[in-house]
Amino acid sequence: MSDLNLAKQEPVFNTNKKMTFVILSFLAFLILLPLIGPSKFLLHLMIMIFMHAVISQSWNIIGGFSGQISLGHGAFFGIGAYVSSFLYVEFGLTPWIGIIFGIIICAIIAILIGIPMLRLSGHYFAIATLLIGISFQIIFQRWELVGAASGLWVPLTSEDSIYAMQFHGSKVPYYYLFLIFFVIIFFIAWIINRSKLGYRLRAVRDDAQAAQSLGIDIAKYKIIAFAISAMMMAPMGSLFAQYILIIDPDRMFNFEISIIALLITVLGGIGYVWGPLIGTIILIPLAEYARIFFGGTGGAVDLMVYGIVLMIICIFRPSGIISFLPSNILHRKKMR
Amino acid sequence: MSILKVKNLSKSFGGIHANQDITFDVERGEILGVIGPNGAGKSTLFDLITGFTKPDTGSVIFEDKNIFGLRPDKISNLGVGRTFQKLKPFADQTLLENVMIGAFAKEIDQKKARDKALEIIEFVQLIEKRHHYAKELSTGQRKRLELARALATDPKLLLMDEVTGGVDQKTIPGLVDLVKKLRSRGVTVITIEHNINIIMDISDHILALDQGKKIAFGLPKDIQKNQKVVDAYLGTVDAA
Repeated sequence: MSDLNLAKQEPVFNTNKKMTFVILSFLAFLILLPLIGPSKFLLHLMIMIFMHAVISQSWNIIGGFSGQISLGHGAFFGIGAYVSSFLYVEFGLTPWIGIIFGIIICAIIAILIGIPMLRLSGHYFAIATLLIGISFQIIFQRWELVGAASGLWVPLTSEDSIYAMQFHGSKVPYYYLFLIFFVIIFFIAWIINRSKLGYRLRAVRDDAQAAQSLGIDIAKYKIIAFAISAMMMAPMGSLFAQYILIIDPDRMFNFEISIIALLITVLGGIGYVWGPLIGTIILIPLAEYARIFFGGTGGAVDLMVYGIVLMIICIFRPSGIISFLPSNILHRKKMR
Repeated sequence: MSILKVKNLSKSFGGIHANQDITFDVERGEILGVIGPNGAGKSTLFDLITGFTKPDTGSVIFEDKNIFGLRPDKISNLGVGRTFQKLKPFADQTLLENVMIGAFAKEIDQKKARDKALEIIEFVQLIEKRHHYAKELSTGQRKRLELARALATDPKLLLMDEVTGGVDQKTIPGLVDLVKKLRSRGVTVITIEHNINIIMDISDHILALDQGKKIAFGLPKDIQKNQKVVDAYLGTVDAA
């Protein structure tokens, strides 16, 4: 048989059986974990892992797949939180639908600010997003309708309520909520990565002129990536708002969110679907334990931990921790 | 019948006339060679036709459509492909992925894009390198990659900037054969080439530029005898 026919018969996706098994076992473990009666802290830690994995994946779509470094992505987290909470506080609309509104509004805002901003390239885009992120915080600090600096106070239900998405007795329902979004959003990222969209985003990232010469409208693709990224961020804001039930501009539009999303992705492996997850699994427990260990004396210890870990990675493994994986897992196509 | 009509095309950067009043037609199915000394405006002409540089005045008619001043991606989608003098492979992606990105211009389905990419990689004779990263390929192989990637978008007209530049002597005949074979695929080719023997061999017509102006256009045998061309270009090559 000729080389061409042999090549055509290679599977389009060399789905690694071992990897599939590892991923499914991991998923089964996550689903069953609450049944073994974990501590409240462990559940909280897992919820933080799911949340940070998703916000990093969101950042990875724009920063990793399409190569546009955003420093203001926390804005979409905050908008998601405010939209669902505001609709519940003002109109009694269930957060289940509020989340969808948050996703839609974030997509619209991303497109509106993306059209002018994504014409900027490289550092200028990063600076512009930084300023956008900060200005959203200032707007919400001043905006009376949404409670200005004191934020929104979500009326607490007397008992657990699925309608209001409030669960006071246990963290388990929140655990599953975050888990569901985590699985869905990672699945979407995995699909994007191997679709036409993923190929074209990588082309835009690697060489914009070459991409154009192949008929790719680079502005359009950057805006699509930016909108998808914003749509992934929004539900995390909404869920986090339901989790802590206090929505104020300082917490929801915290600059840290934008930075952590970037740090985790770079640490894990930028541009890889599993990079954000690997980064989260390493960084979030480290930071949470550091926070507990040093207690009230060192409020910013977790940030210092981020800094140190990132420095080590940048020096020794610039392509992220994922690059420790054997290359046949990492690069499915390189099988010879 | 002409596939491309370029009329009075001009572009200046500051006070420098990079292209001045360039006019020529390209017949469907032919290979047009563009020659000229360094700085004659050959690459600028390519950038003007493919939209990478906005022309000042003139017109560019591709298949009865005026593509003057359109964005590069729109021009590409109409059926004008190109390669670059300074190669632009997607370095961190495999050869196959590079060509698939081209194939996705017309295909949505993964499997179809992949099969099409493989057929074109076979055409440029790199099938055994399909899983190699672009950065691992030699210059000659990268030229083939760029050709394959552009071909995957199904261009009717292909502009090739320096087919053999920077490639070692042994690889040149293979590349030249590929360009000749493009004709049988129904692709019209405009090519910039510094090697005079090659350009005389492969071209149906030749456009000679010097200092941004057209100095000659015609059959290779006539161009060879054209005094202006000899003065501007050929003479200096012989002297060197």
